[in-house]
Amino acid sequence: MTPSVVIEHALLLSLALFAIGVAGVFLRRNVITVFMCVELMLNAVNLSFVAFSRSLGTLDPQILVFFVMTVAAAEAAVGLAIILALQRHKDTLDVDAFSVLKW
Amino acid sequence: MTTPDAVLFYVFAAVTLASALVVVGQRNPMYSAFALIVTLCSLSAIFGLLGSPFIAVLQVIVYAGAIMVLFLFVLMLLNVKAEDAAEGSGSGILKGVGVALAAMLVVQVGIVLQHAGRGMAASGFDASARRVAHVLFSAPYVYVFEATSVLILTALVGAVALAKKEL
Amino acid sequence: MTALQQELVITVVKVLVLFNVLLGLFSLMTYVERRVLAFMQFRLGPNRTGPFGILQPVADGIKLFFKEEVAPAGANKWLFVAAPAVSIVTAFLSIAVVPYGGTVHLFGRDISLQIADLDVGVLFLFAISSLSVYGIVMAGWAANNKYTLMGGLRSSAQMFSYELALGMSWVGVIMLAQSFRVADIVESQAGGFWHWNFFRQVLGFLIYVVAATAEVNRTPFDLPEAETELVAGFHTEYSSMRFALLQMAEYVNMITASALGSNLFLGGWLSPLPQFIPDSPLWFVLKLFVCLFFFIWLRGTVPRIRYDQLMDFGWKVLVPLAALNALLTGAVVVFPR
Repeated sequence: MTPSVVIEHALLLSLALFAIGVAGVFLRRNVITVFMCVELMLNAVNLSFVAFSRSLGTLDPQILVFFVMTVAAAEAAVGLAIILALQRHKDTLDVDAFSVLKW
Repeated sequence: MTTPDAVLFYVFAAVTLASALVVVGQRNPMYSAFALIVTLCSLSAIFGLLGSPFIAVLQVIVYAGAIMVLFLFVLMLLNVKAEDAAEGSGSGILKGVGVALAAMLVVQVGIVLQHAGRGMAASGFDASARRVAHVLFSAPYVYVFEATSVLILTALVGAVALAKKEL
Repeated sequence: MTALQQELVITVVKVLVLFNVLLGLFSLMTYVERRVLAFMQFRLGPNRTGPFGILQPVADGIKLFFKEEVAPAGANKWLFVAAPAVSIVTAFLSIAVVPYGGTVHLFGRDISLQIADLDVGVLFLFAISSLSVYGIVMAGWAANNKYTLMGGLRSSAQMFSYELALGMSWVGVIMLAQSFRVADIVESQAGGFWHWNFFRQVLGFLIYVVAATAEVNRTPFDLPEAETELVAGFHTEYSSMRFALLQMAEYVNMITASALGSNLFLGGWLSPLPQFIPDSPLWFVLKLFVCLFFFIWLRGTVPRIRYDQLMDFGWKVLVPLAALNALLTGAVVVFPR
């Protein structure tokens, strides 16, 4: 395949997505939205892995992407179960409400 | 750069950024979830453009097709309403500072990357499912593969245990 | 004209032809289903509009077109409009990787009778069927009605449970063909009907039939949208063209499931006796109609399954059986080496 996608731009996109995800984690108050921004960060990392795989010509980053996706799926399942349990306990999904362990 | 691949890449990159901003900015979590689905699908298209069809399809199957369905189910079960706009005081300035710092980071890294000049590997990059499977099922990745199956089983049991009403 | 422009023109022509064929087949199917079901139930079905009622789909289309578009008061406007769109787009996208013939030689070029010849063809189908759940989820949520919400949740849970069994039923077929390309899987069944995956993968075929019927929300798995349950389920609040789009999505999904079944398990365009009769896309059309008739036959014969029985069956019976099938096929493929 003739080179056509500029790798630097793909990496920049990955960084921009990561920055947006971090901003979301800090700025949003709903637990589920924070979780979605974490998934956005994971996807940004996946994109940079795939970009480097294309640039270096190896397949190891693709395997890593595979494992990141698998772990993200497991983490999403457990995380959402925790959120369900939290909601049942406190009847709210506000991040600031779960501050019992704060000093 | 006027090859169709490059044009499509910029189109999908714009879609990804726009929907990511909707994910973070939208008050209603249901709309955020759907915007995240759009982000994941356009990322899958970018993976395809970067020559990785297997990962592209896997992204849709696993992320956009399974994880996001889970998110939507939880959102619908908990009947989550839109967030109220009133946040803590002074957070407007902090938010502005945060966004400005993030923008500065992206610009600085962009400048560094411009001078790095990595470019693409030579032709012959073959990331088809067959070759990825070949690497995946040979040492040492096959052990990690088996370990992830145990991980998923653990997550399954854990999720059921956590979400049950009475243990 | 450069090679790229030629490719583009050929693809556009293929898309237009297939799109129109699908639309025609959809309207034909609405008529055929009502007639065949009627004959099975000892009555006549629509036979007034036009000779033998053949213009009934036209009448239905005109009626639906002129109905008023009603949306409930508290409905979520964007999602309410987007849901039928998502359903129909995913339904039509999945046809892109289903081949209906080998390669033909026209105008000095080899044209494969398939819109997109992907190396990961079967996985693409799996991905699109995963996305089709969202049309139903959106439809159920957007109408602001507890019945539609229940119908939408039930239907989407049913769809992604049976998706797992569906995907795993293909694993045996993929292992035998050593490829994800649908055309390769069809070619691996060459040599007469005893080589078809219907005989080599009996368990896989049975699982596919059950899982595909559940995926398409057809009887006996159509509890989420049946008229006697939950007031027509997730498409209660839809009228006029949006309802027509949802029905179109369901029928096109049924056509895709039949097309895929005839490609993966019944040999596609290959002839059952290749020494006597040559391969041709007409065989594919014949097998497609056999599968479609089977869906209608199933609807006329079998009662609806209750929702908890459905979920039990999907998770506790089909998924282990599909895993067993994959295991056995893998053992048979690997051990002779």
